[in-house]
Amino acid sequence: MSAPLSLRITGIGAWAPGAPDWQHLRVILRGDSTPDDDAPARPAGTILPAAERRRAPDGVRLAADVAVQATSMAGIDPAAVPCIFASTQGELAITDYVCETLARSPLELSPTKFHNSVLNAPAGYWTIATGCTAASSAVTAYHRSFAAGLLEAAVFACAEDTPVLFASCDVASTGPLAEMTHTTLAFGMAMLLHPNASNGARLNLALHGGTAEPVSVVTMATVARDNPANAEALALLSLLARANPSNLRLPLSSGLSLDMEIKP
Amino acid sequence: MPERIEPLAIAACSATSALGHGLAAQLEALRSGRGGLRPNDFSQAPLECRIGRVAGMEDAALPAPLAHWDCRNNRLGWLGLQQDGLMDAIAGAIERHGATRVALILGTSTASIGATEDAYRRLDNGRFPEDLRRPEIHTPHSLAAFVADATGIAGPALTISTACSSSAKVFASAERLIRLGLADAALVGGVDTLCDSVLFGFHSLELVSKHACRPFDAQRDGISIGEAAAFALLEPVQVAPNAPRLLGHGESSDAHHMSTPHPEGRGARAALDDALARAGIGADAVDYINLHGTATLKNDEVEAKLLPRFAPRTRASSTKGFTGHTLGAAGALEAVFALLAIEHGIVPPNLGCSEPMPAAAPWLALQPSSQRVDVALSNSFGFGGNNACLVFGRGDPA
Repeated sequence: MSAPLSLRITGIGAWAPGAPDWQHLRVILRGDSTPDDDAPARPAGTILPAAERRRAPDGVRLAADVAVQATSMAGIDPAAVPCIFASTQGELAITDYVCETLARSPLELSPTKFHNSVLNAPAGYWTIATGCTAASSAVTAYHRSFAAGLLEAAVFACAEDTPVLFASCDVASTGPLAEMTHTTLAFGMAMLLHPNASNGARLNLALHGGTAEPVSVVTMATVARDNPANAEALALLSLLARANPSNLRLPLSSGLSLDMEIKP
Repeated sequence: MPERIEPLAIAACSATSALGHGLAAQLEALRSGRGGLRPNDFSQAPLECRIGRVAGMEDAALPAPLAHWDCRNNRLGWLGLQQDGLMDAIAGAIERHGATRVALILGTSTASIGATEDAYRRLDNGRFPEDLRRPEIHTPHSLAAFVADATGIAGPALTISTACSSSAKVFASAERLIRLGLADAALVGGVDTLCDSVLFGFHSLELVSKHACRPFDAQRDGISIGEAAAFALLEPVQVAPNAPRLLGHGESSDAHHMSTPHPEGRGARAALDDALARAGIGADAVDYINLHGTATLKNDEVEAKLLPRFAPRTRASSTKGFTGHTLGAAGALEAVFALLAIEHGIVPPNLGCSEPMPAAAPWLALQPSSQRVDVALSNSFGFGGNNACLVFGRGDPA
């Protein structure tokens, strides 16, 4: 339908329960290891300044952890790298808190929790922590958040001829909202997409006229089941972990899918 | 600095706000200085403030096939789509280019969180009440998914949610998609509705005024919150050569603070520089600026520091005294106001300001006026230090 967007993935970050970084997750996805029961239960958010880290909710810590892995692996200073953070539901525990407080005693709403409730909280904290003054964005597309967010990031990188940090993160829901979101564990991933680097796996993206079947994830299937928003992210990471040339087709809209060609 | 971009035509646009439904109501109010703020009669608990509430939403039920999307935000989206022949214009774009060649990019800050709030007030043994057990409205993409369903747009669809810059950034994202040939047209816009989250949330930050907001006034003491739906259909210039155009866009981050702007407006300045560079014009070419002008102490103080680069003849105003701060819809709503300024030769006044801040006074338009506007800017700055600036210009003479 159009010329493919051609990029290199020069950095990858990931966080899953039992796999707090891409190095761990990669060997698990290759089938060479299993999730580590002793791994931290919460993302560390190490890059956030101490004061910010205390205030930051889990979704922000998760996004910061995967983003810093990706930029470190790419060897790039995040200060000038535009960043796009995708999330299907945003900070679910904060949404639960805000709605519960409003129903009970609206004047008691915490100002910090309120400003942490915006979908661009991860982008805000990340740009503050890294001194990033480039464009930053927070995007969502419900079940298509990963594919649509990745397309947005790839388009930004190619149109503006700049490396772009892309992250896709969702945290567990709490309270009555959980029944509506089906997200019971946290998962996040990030990639540094570069339009003209000479290293890193090649990623070609193109729109395909027609719908696609949902992906099936075999390794870490419980993560895909309990963080359905990121099942597709996990499918792409599985291909990148195995480092074989491969193709992936993800549903994008009612009439389009996103074709991905991966050349390690 | 970024390179100049090919302009895009605004083939159609519309806005619905506290000023009324559709463009004619907005235009009449901006021309006459008739504001739309009224005492808060919306929040579930009393809160002394003014709000910009859209009239008639309680009666604007969705058609039966779309009823599962029903909630205040989607109702406002639907009401907005019914104005100014927008649905016909969208159908025309789909016919010209094909449904999958039309993209849909909408901005919202809270989407249909009002429905989620409602569910928490009416919990049924700890579960959402049965009428609200609809997962598709308890997600921030609710609005765009609904609009895709309602319009038949089948191209790439995305929600941008960067607080108060959300629906300014949609213009930039759409322009890039079209520039790279991934879409031929795009419906962009923003819809945000009043809800307790924002009324009590901004109240908790001590940013809500008890009065109608007073942008750039020495006595300003906070925002008034409003709601709005605004849309624009972007197409190649050849499709609508006489229509006004998107000339440029700029986006940046402050890297400073989650809820306070950078004291020198570093990010805002960068967004403005980028937008002018993409438009290929200098600040001296700008006739009108629709300022972000929230009427908080900090925003207006910082935004005024951007003005000295503009010529003394450049007129500037915040229109939030008319509509309130419509948050995630503000970018698109105020883009439409900038387009009205170009199309109808008006400068909307900075309603609510009687004692202008000296730093802004030389540029502020305090009274409605008529003058030719060839180039208009719109500023949008959001939480998390998220900035966007848009440049619009005149099309070919008819």
